[in-house]
Amino acid sequence: MRILVVEDDLEAQRYLVQGLKESGHVVDDAADGDLGLSLALSRPYDVAIIDRMLPKMDGLGVVAEMREHGNTTPVLFLSALSEVDDRVKGLKAGGDDYLTKPYAFVELLARVDALMRRRSPVTVKTRLQVGDLDLDLLTRAANRGEQPIDLQPREFRLLEYLMRHAGQVVTRTMLLESVWEYHFDPQTNVIDVHISRLRAKIDKGFDAPLLHTIRGAGYMIRAR
Amino acid sequence: MRTNFRLLRTQAFRIVLVYGLLFAFSVSSLLFFTYWNTRRTLDDQTDQTIEAEITGLSEQYTRLGVRGLEESLTNRQLHPGAGQALYILTDSAHRFLAGNLDSWPSITTDPGNFVEFAYERRTNSGLETRRARGRLFPISTLLGDYYLLVAEDVHDRDLIQGMFTTTLPWTVALILLFGLLGGALMSRNMLRRLDSINRTSGEIVAGNFTRRVPVSGAHDEFDVLAENLNRMLDRIERLMKGLREVTDSVAHDLRTPLNRLRQRLEQSQARLQAAGSDASEIERAIAETDSLIATFNALLLIAETDAGTARGAMSPLDLSSVAADVSELYEPLAEEKNVILTLIRPSGFHPGDTVIEGNRSLVSQALANLVDNAIKYTPPGGRVTIRPGLHFQGADISVADSGPGIPLEERSRVVERFVRLEASRSSPGTGLGLALVAAVAHFHNAELLLEDNAPGLKATLRFPRPAVRLIPPAETAKLPQIPSRAAAE
Repeated sequence: MRILVVEDDLEAQRYLVQGLKESGHVVDDAADGDLGLSLALSRPYDVAIIDRMLPKMDGLGVVAEMREHGNTTPVLFLSALSEVDDRVKGLKAGGDDYLTKPYAFVELLARVDALMRRRSPVTVKTRLQVGDLDLDLLTRAANRGEQPIDLQPREFRLLEYLMRHAGQVVTRTMLLESVWEYHFDPQTNVIDVHISRLRAKIDKGFDAPLLHTIRGAGYMIRAR
Repeated sequence: MRTNFRLLRTQAFRIVLVYGLLFAFSVSSLLFFTYWNTRRTLDDQTDQTIEAEITGLSEQYTRLGVRGLEESLTNRQLHPGAGQALYILTDSAHRFLAGNLDSWPSITTDPGNFVEFAYERRTNSGLETRRARGRLFPISTLLGDYYLLVAEDVHDRDLIQGMFTTTLPWTVALILLFGLLGGALMSRNMLRRLDSINRTSGEIVAGNFTRRVPVSGAHDEFDVLAENLNRMLDRIERLMKGLREVTDSVAHDLRTPLNRLRQRLEQSQARLQAAGSDASEIERAIAETDSLIATFNALLLIAETDAGTARGAMSPLDLSSVAADVSELYEPLAEEKNVILTLIRPSGFHPGDTVIEGNRSLVSQALANLVDNAIKYTPPGGRVTIRPGLHFQGADISVADSGPGIPLEERSRVVERFVRLEASRSSPGTGLGLALVAAVAHFHNAELLLEDNAPGLKATLRFPRPAVRLIPPAETAKLPQIPSRAAAE
């Protein structure tokens, strides 16, 4: 996958590019807004990672220009600014996701993967399947094999999010943002408890567990 | 109706009212003095005329005796131009001897003083009762006592007096009427100007720092006030912008090196793990870095929230739904700790009663902190209760637990940054949780109350009533409420 990194902190850029390359991506980099914009407009990228504060042209400006030119590459904003209403500004300017520095690389990678997935042609799914776990989005029924699973509304949403990102790492922050719509870190890790509850419902009594904990990163649902 | 009452309460109206009363008082005093003076002058004139007459008549008497006096009086009566002078001479039994009065009038005053009395005068249309003022003059002779009364008609004086007594109340009434009307007009005008200033200040307090007080161009005191306020606002706006820039650069300048630090640690960790070495030290260093970052983020958020520079999305926010969401988020955690978490929705609410003007993220975070603390400090088997409710000035939300509580003398201290009570030092936490709740309360003009729940702590966030009744936000995007643990009171 091709990724564009626009970051003026060269040390941070080096680590970021190296990390992404090690994860198997093809990466182009730029250290200022102008270069970043011309790269974004001249080559096809699957994701662009853009810092909010850049020399020559501010990150918001770069994305606004990209959108102006009809470029729909998903954009992940990186920001070292305070975050209260900065996130709103970033998303309004055309960004697709927003990550505050300092971030964990696994968090960034998980979000980049999620953005890439979003890029693939959207077919309206009414049914999600992972292994023998089956989620009907219309009747809101969940089944594992023959056995129906009774889910609370929020558990349903949690499972739906995990299954839409099957095979991908989903971080706690991503779950909190997407399933609960909270953009803050609760002092205690409440997400873990929700996950173990969900796990008890979908995996307990079955030979092959579907919901896996990825150490130091988050969770993943996958068949094998 | 309400504006009318407001008019009566304005300072301008009160000033005009007091001034009107004072003015009415001074005008009536002036009128009264004029009246009194006029009357005195008229009386003096009358008295002098009477004195002169008496002097003349006493000369006659000295020269010609009582007979001469009688004659003189009869002559005078015929003398033209003596229309207003009245005389009567009587013997000791008040029997008429001479003069133009028919009979001795009824007087009770001592002789020698000036007296007033009523008499009857013949006119074309019959008899007429009029008032007169005169002087009694007793004459003692060897043949017996006589009484002489010389008087002047004072009808005109009485007319003037009547004029004054009828004019005075009318004058006062008119002064008050016009005064009050003028006052009302003035106050209304002032109110209008003040209202526009108040409206603008309200909008600015609500976060719209670009608003300015309108200047009418009349160059009056209100314009001077408006200009001064606007200058102040310019300054505040500049300061706020400066503060925001400082916060932003502090954030940027600290986060950038923290970011590099974390990246370096991650890389070393990856390298060590790839080489099959023990990376647990690095892992601990990463955990320390993360808690440092969490503290820094919390501090920055508190600073921004406290300063009010973080004017994010303020929107109508239903405390009941915020409570339901947070309760739902923490319910599994409480269950795992064997704490009963209950969301109480008291009956008798109208939808919209618990709607405030607020920032969803901040209020949710504040409530999450309170619930988090409550669950953390409540021993297994205890209970935590979340209750959105109403107080007489607006909506509130409380979190009550059955934990150890906070001693009274510590309650004001725990909302400060980094303050942790001895009892809780061993448990994880930054010591910023309640400080953030206090900052969020401050941001929303709300009050944070910490009370004894006997046993335990009851923390309440009291939000002020919004200026206008807010309609709860559309619930379409929301999940159906989770009924499992919600109890109705």
